[in-house]
Amino acid sequence: MKGIIDSFVPLGRGGTILFVMALLSGCSHSLPGFMNPQGPIAEAQKHHFWFVVFVTLIVVLPVIIQTPIILWRYRYRGNAVYRPHWAMSRWLDIAMWGVPFVVVIVLAVVLWRETHQLDPYRPLDSDKQPLQVQVVGFDWKWLFIYPEQGIASMGQLVLPVDRPIAFQLTSATVLQSFFIPALGSQIDVMNRMVTKLHLQADNTGRFQGKNMQYNGSGFHRQRFMTQVVDDAQFDDFVAHARRDGYRLDRQRFNQLNEKSDATDFAGMLGIENYQHGDLMAFSPIPSRLFDAIAHHAPIDWTSLTTSPPQNRKIMDERMPPSNATPAPPDAEENTHDEADDNGGEKAT
Amino acid sequence: MSDIWNFVFGRLGWDALPFWEAVRDPTTFNIINGIIAGGAAGMVVLGVLGAVILVTWLGKWKYLWSEWLTSPDHKKIGIMFIVIAMVMLSRAIIEAAFMRAQQAVGLDGGFLSPEHFGEFFTTHGTIMIFFMAMPFLTGIINYVMPLQIGARDLSFPVMNQISLGLTAAGAAIVMISLVLAPFSTGGWSGYPPYTELSYSPDAGVDYWIWAVTLSTLSSTLTGINFAVTIYKKRAPGMKLFRMPLFTWTALSTAILMIFGMPPLTVATALLALDRYLDFHMFTSDLGGNMMNYINLFWAFGHPEVYILILTPFGIYSEVFSTFSGKRLYGYTLLVIATICIAFLSFTVWLHHFFTMGQSAAINAVFGIATMLIGIPTGVKVYDWMLTMYRGRVRLSAPMIYAVGFIMLFVIGGLTGIILATPSVDYQVHNSLFLIAHFHNMLIPGTLFGMLAATNFWFPKAFGFRLEKRWGRRAAYCWVIGFMLAFFPLYALGVLGMPRRSLTFFEPAYLPWTIAAGCGAIVILFAMLFLLIQLWVSVRDRHHNNVFVGDPWDGRSLEWATSSPPPEYNFPVIPEVFSRDAFMAEKEQGKAYQIPDEFPDIEMPANSAMGVIIAVTGTAMAFGLTWYMWWLVILAAMVTLVAIIARGYVRKTTRTIPCDEVRRTHLAWIECVRRTTPVDRSKEQTRENRGLPVPPVEGAVQ
Repeated sequence: MKGIIDSFVPLGRGGTILFVMALLSGCSHSLPGFMNPQGPIAEAQKHHFWFVVFVTLIVVLPVIIQTPIILWRYRYRGNAVYRPHWAMSRWLDIAMWGVPFVVVIVLAVVLWRETHQLDPYRPLDSDKQPLQVQVVGFDWKWLFIYPEQGIASMGQLVLPVDRPIAFQLTSATVLQSFFIPALGSQIDVMNRMVTKLHLQADNTGRFQGKNMQYNGSGFHRQRFMTQVVDDAQFDDFVAHARRDGYRLDRQRFNQLNEKSDATDFAGMLGIENYQHGDLMAFSPIPSRLFDAIAHHAPIDWTSLTTSPPQNRKIMDERMPPSNATPAPPDAEENTHDEADDNGGEKAT
Repeated sequence: MSDIWNFVFGRLGWDALPFWEAVRDPTTFNIINGIIAGGAAGMVVLGVLGAVILVTWLGKWKYLWSEWLTSPDHKKIGIMFIVIAMVMLSRAIIEAAFMRAQQAVGLDGGFLSPEHFGEFFTTHGTIMIFFMAMPFLTGIINYVMPLQIGARDLSFPVMNQISLGLTAAGAAIVMISLVLAPFSTGGWSGYPPYTELSYSPDAGVDYWIWAVTLSTLSSTLTGINFAVTIYKKRAPGMKLFRMPLFTWTALSTAILMIFGMPPLTVATALLALDRYLDFHMFTSDLGGNMMNYINLFWAFGHPEVYILILTPFGIYSEVFSTFSGKRLYGYTLLVIATICIAFLSFTVWLHHFFTMGQSAAINAVFGIATMLIGIPTGVKVYDWMLTMYRGRVRLSAPMIYAVGFIMLFVIGGLTGIILATPSVDYQVHNSLFLIAHFHNMLIPGTLFGMLAATNFWFPKAFGFRLEKRWGRRAAYCWVIGFMLAFFPLYALGVLGMPRRSLTFFEPAYLPWTIAAGCGAIVILFAMLFLLIQLWVSVRDRHHNNVFVGDPWDGRSLEWATSSPPPEYNFPVIPEVFSRDAFMAEKEQGKAYQIPDEFPDIEMPANSAMGVIIAVTGTAMAFGLTWYMWWLVILAAMVTLVAIIARGYVRKTTRTIPCDEVRRTHLAWIECVRRTTPVDRSKEQTRENRGLPVPPVEGAVQ
């Protein structure tokens, strides 16, 4: 079955839609979305998309092609044959019930397989241990908790390349939908419920992440940058966060629950010139924070035992965000070692 | 003083005025939004004032009251439903244009405030579904179905008035919300917990709840009325399998209304309990679960989709066979396909939330069930093509809509199959791809169907044809405007742009949003051309008069009576011997007969119930929204008294004497005899007075 799907891919790549898209956007190599997949899930979804399109066209194309032909051939002033009582043909009936039926059977078989294969709850096949990431949706920002590392981040979701990621997700407020188009599926996040999602990135780079479910006036600003880095850089990110992260204490947590986007929250932390996609890292964080939010349990603030250094540097200076805004020279100099490792530089 | 104020006005305050923010904090941005909102409010107020002044100036209050508002005639109620739909359509299209304009300049900015944009997409969706599509198709079925089955009226004429009253009340509430803002920003689907009191404390969601509740109550009653009428009031000889296909789809629609509407009434009622009485049905805490709302909503929502599409399927069936001068291809299988679709529509609701975290097996089952609906739908499309095949096709305005429909609809079908595939839906769900898909179904499907029906049956209702050139221009503008406005949204969805986005930050989206904005302009022109068409047609009504009643060489019974038909539709209930009953009569030369004797005809008497329900419904919803409890209690009391009083009314019918019936009929027959029959080449000319040359062996001349 995989072979069938693959055989449609070249057609898909040459698809007119994409061609026009590329023409108009002027930069086909950086198209957002799953047509430019960066992970196995999105790749498979792209294949399945085009497979469905081409199989369904078997039923659709005859209509689009033949309707104008019939319209012209049997026009009022034409002299084609006219059979006002003709209203039944067994063979045509068999064909028009049968062909769509066969098409639906083919689609259904593939659908069954692919739905199980790409089920967001199914752990990905890999010889590497998946990285656990817990996602909390706030109005209108995302908090990413790395429970094994004991850190959290906002604005930027840092992921290691070629390693499966096992997400657990919940919402601290209303229904939202967590989505990184380039990597794969979206999944709803709901208060008092935990959903799961498994993704993997095949390439390093920066990919947009967003909320797809309207949740108020800041909805369109609820986005983040997915920063996919190699293992060494990921370790470095963890080390940075542990060393220089903001302490996620009760006061900051209450600020998280206010209606604001990531930029507003950066302002509350005292970060100036915060740009979309910059990293805010948190450490220490209360233990079992995700479970407490998901199940409305009291948060264990006493677990914030170690106090962070007071002369901490701002994280977004340490990890220059993107090609767009290079970090100020002094910051780069101060943190030269880290800047090389942070992955932000090479992700263009 | 403030106690009295609070008692009288509830929580209504000055800040409900739509331009209040601009007065309070006059930044450029607020002023722009204040002007848009204030302008809309002004249009509502001026529109109502203008209508009142016009009726007073013409001295037509009595006529309006006795001939229209209190009339139990299904034809007049149908027309009033369509008038509501047209007014609401104009508003919702303007809102759509604003949203397209916002997104066309929406890269990193735009001119609308987030709250304003939220109200735009919520009211646009709510109006288009509940106060445009539903009244429109209810109006058309109301008008046409009793004529097609040879009945004099619906089974429950007063209930029909009440349905109209409830819809009018809901529409009024949505219009009032323009003047006394805000409306909900929770989208037409109103998902909690966003729409719960803790996240949306203002009056907006309450407006939405009561408007939708009124509408669903109206549609449930309508469904019962239609189904009973079709079961019980068919003319002698009109077996189920002799009914025109439009009546079949009306029956399926009615059944879907009966079973599909109550879940939403329940869902909004439970949400109201949450908001008013601190229940916890759909809240996050104390055992509430928003998933229950979402299941209830789509248990309504998916049958609703087929309520909206089956009626147009019936309309297109009539249009294709009439303008191809040919029997409908595969009648029996079309009926079976219709019933299949109606049945399957109850089995697929879960495909609206594949991403909510249920197991792959459940998603796959619902995905496959959804694709199954594609089979009977595809069969219908082929049946329509084969109806044109070996026919003689006249490309009149209804046919342009119909042909545009089948070619565009299959594209929507294709994208529907994509969305029905859970693994792919995880990518395109909640994106503009979804928006493009359902507009692709509902514009070429429902709206084109309604416009085709308007062009098709307008001469029946008003006695003159709609002007053809402006009709064609409007139709072509609709087709082109639709493609331009919505095909780009497919691309945007594939590129990952979420629906309901005020602003976006990816420059790659910009060309597509601009293209869609251009499409919106073309659609505005289409709407303008429709108005011009109406104006020109009314101006030339004497030249395009078709009092004889059969301008398109029609096939079913509604064409067998005068245009407009008498109140009682047929002097003698016709007897039916085959499908395409009127075409058969014409073929056998039995059309336009004078019956041997004329009976006295008993018709339902006028009743003010519809008007009373409209007024009390509006008052109650308004009072509930603003916490004016005295108004709620007063309106409830009046409703109760009116219903009880109605039970004591003894004289519920009036008799039309046989002499009057005879006189009317003979005058019509005289007119038929004086009219020169025309062949189809003169169909769109002034020579067409509604009498076709009789068919020869079924061949339309």
